[in-house]
Amino acid sequence: MSTRDRGVDEVGRHGDWDADSRGWFGGEAEGWGGRFMPEALVRALDELTDAWHEAMADPAFTEEFATICREYAGLPSALYEATRLSELVGTRILLKREDLNHTGAHKIRNVLGQALLTRRMGKTRVIAETGAGQHGVASATAAAYFGLDCTVYMGSVDVRRQALNVARMQLLGTTVVPVDSGSATLKDAINEALRDWVASVDHTAYLFGTAAGPHPFPSMVRDFTRGIGDEARAQCLERYGVLPRGVAACVGGGSNAIGLFTAFLDDDVEIYGFEAGGDGFETGRHAATIKAGDRGVLHGARTYVLQDEDGQTIESHSISAGLDYPGVGPQHAHLAATGRATYTPVTDAEAMEALALLSRTEGIIPAVESAHAVAGALRVARGYGPDDLMLINLSGRGDKDMGTAIEWFGLGKGSDDAEPQEPVG
Amino acid sequence: MTVSTAFDKARADQRAALVGYLPAGFPTVDGGIEAMRVLVDAGCDVIEVGLPYSDPVMDGPTIQAAAQRALEGGVRTRDVLRTVEAVAATGTPTVVMTYWNPVGRYGVERFAADLASAGGSGLITPDLTPDSGAEWIAAADARDLDKVFLVAPSSTDERIAMTAAACRGFVYATAVMGVTGARATTSDLAGPLVARTQAVTATPVAVGVGVSTGGQAAEVAAYADGVIVGSALVRCLLDHDDPAQGRAALARLTDDLARGVRRA
Repeated sequence: MSTRDRGVDEVGRHGDWDADSRGWFGGEAEGWGGRFMPEALVRALDELTDAWHEAMADPAFTEEFATICREYAGLPSALYEATRLSELVGTRILLKREDLNHTGAHKIRNVLGQALLTRRMGKTRVIAETGAGQHGVASATAAAYFGLDCTVYMGSVDVRRQALNVARMQLLGTTVVPVDSGSATLKDAINEALRDWVASVDHTAYLFGTAAGPHPFPSMVRDFTRGIGDEARAQCLERYGVLPRGVAACVGGGSNAIGLFTAFLDDDVEIYGFEAGGDGFETGRHAATIKAGDRGVLHGARTYVLQDEDGQTIESHSISAGLDYPGVGPQHAHLAATGRATYTPVTDAEAMEALALLSRTEGIIPAVESAHAVAGALRVARGYGPDDLMLINLSGRGDKDMGTAIEWFGLGKGSDDAEPQEPVG
Repeated sequence: MTVSTAFDKARADQRAALVGYLPAGFPTVDGGIEAMRVLVDAGCDVIEVGLPYSDPVMDGPTIQAAAQRALEGGVRTRDVLRTVEAVAATGTPTVVMTYWNPVGRYGVERFAADLASAGGSGLITPDLTPDSGAEWIAAADARDLDKVFLVAPSSTDERIAMTAAACRGFVYATAVMGVTGARATTSDLAGPLVARTQAVTATPVAVGVGVSTGGQAAEVAAYADGVIVGSALVRCLLDHDDPAQGRAALARLTDDLARGVRRA
């Protein structure tokens, strides 16, 4: 049963979508989130929680955040009706252009919010984890903007693969530390950042990159990214006089998705999250945590986790580094478990096809992460009528993914055989 | 013997108890058991069996390396319980140190039941605080198991009181703000933390993180009820490719530490 078929009352029964004061979405007994962390970090997390609550209630803080977002990051981002794509699909496709933000993705919202809070708390250093380097670059940018010291932890495999982003961070004045432990990927970069934080917590803030981790990060990151949905909802009403029938976003940890979804939770709007299906769900090589994972604890939150029979984390796989995470933000787990949002996997191949399609029909090269949202949303939108609106969060731009595209499509040779392998558009 | 009996006995001897940590399954399951028996024979009063986990946020490079090798060797939760059974059979109280997810995955009730029937005394939970641990506390109480939670230099007095009240066996005081691993000097944060904890509880307080020599053990034993050593013991095994040599090094270090807790 889709949320659209349900009465408002039934949706309303789950109407309390937010976490309780201890970070539980849906209550401690059966719900998601909480805080499974070493005692050494509890005081810092409590102080962060208090500072965030106070800041969000302080007009001076929220106004400064809005001003920086507007003047420095280029927000609010445009809402663009993709007319050629709409014609192709037979319904009206709206793109929330987060790809046009400073540093090229929605992530600037989160880091500016957290860095502003860091300054307010009187801390002088920030640390962050990064997979492909997008959150690292955003953190390095915010650190430069606010004059904070910045160290970014990055899996050593990713450091080699993403030399350009490593160089960007270094140019911005950040120290990039390669992480060799575990699988040397994003989850291990998070572990290493947490280890740093245990030892540096008195003067250091951890700019967590997604709406996951221990309380208050899932709720705080959502608060800093929810402008995506708040803006899009207002833009949609202003321009069309109605809300979209559906909204869609890609989900790794889930910060862009929760940033979009939050504004629509109490509306009669269908909500879709698209996870990385990798080589295909059936191959086991994917990052479809909600679809394939089981309830567990990872990085401080109870959520869906890709794990083996003994609770050891299983490595995820995706063509998109930004979605390649074996956990997911706990509020998404809650929205999935209650049926308020629908989460389905999109394979590497489907995402790359959508990336090429959007490039050719609209002149917009999306991030491969965002291409998952496009692919999944188009699948749903084929069942929509010509007047329905499908709103897709275009969470980032594709410049960083040119290496992936060159390899996937065999591009860059400057000859006839540079045509994409897939017939698209 | 229970954990509290071991601490009582050490206290009667006017010394601190020595708690030794090694991960199960390293270098192999049987090799790990042999190494832990060395700890018992050389003077450890309590054995901590580490449950290797893929994402150990509180551990430094030494324990990470050993745990990773154990996981690559295919160690399972049931092997950890087999290790507990073998070590507890020596009569030395044996506790499991584990991150939370493997316990939740195994089933909290089932883990408590199987740990108890293996002869294990209880659990040390580095990423589970009492305010998030209602399910474990209930299961442990039902099976008469020890619950060892951690306090840290950053803990508020309120949290120290709350944590100490929830502990049974001993309270684990993390001596430094940082991950596990040997350090050149003992922490000046540990003494005040132990004093703050002892002020609110009669449960023994043991200091872990950073102790690697008999001299450091003696310094800590001067104010704490127990001294916990992990990384330095693991290092003995990591540094020797020949397991027999590793065990010999382990015996020498444990002997040094056991003398240390006796000369405070």
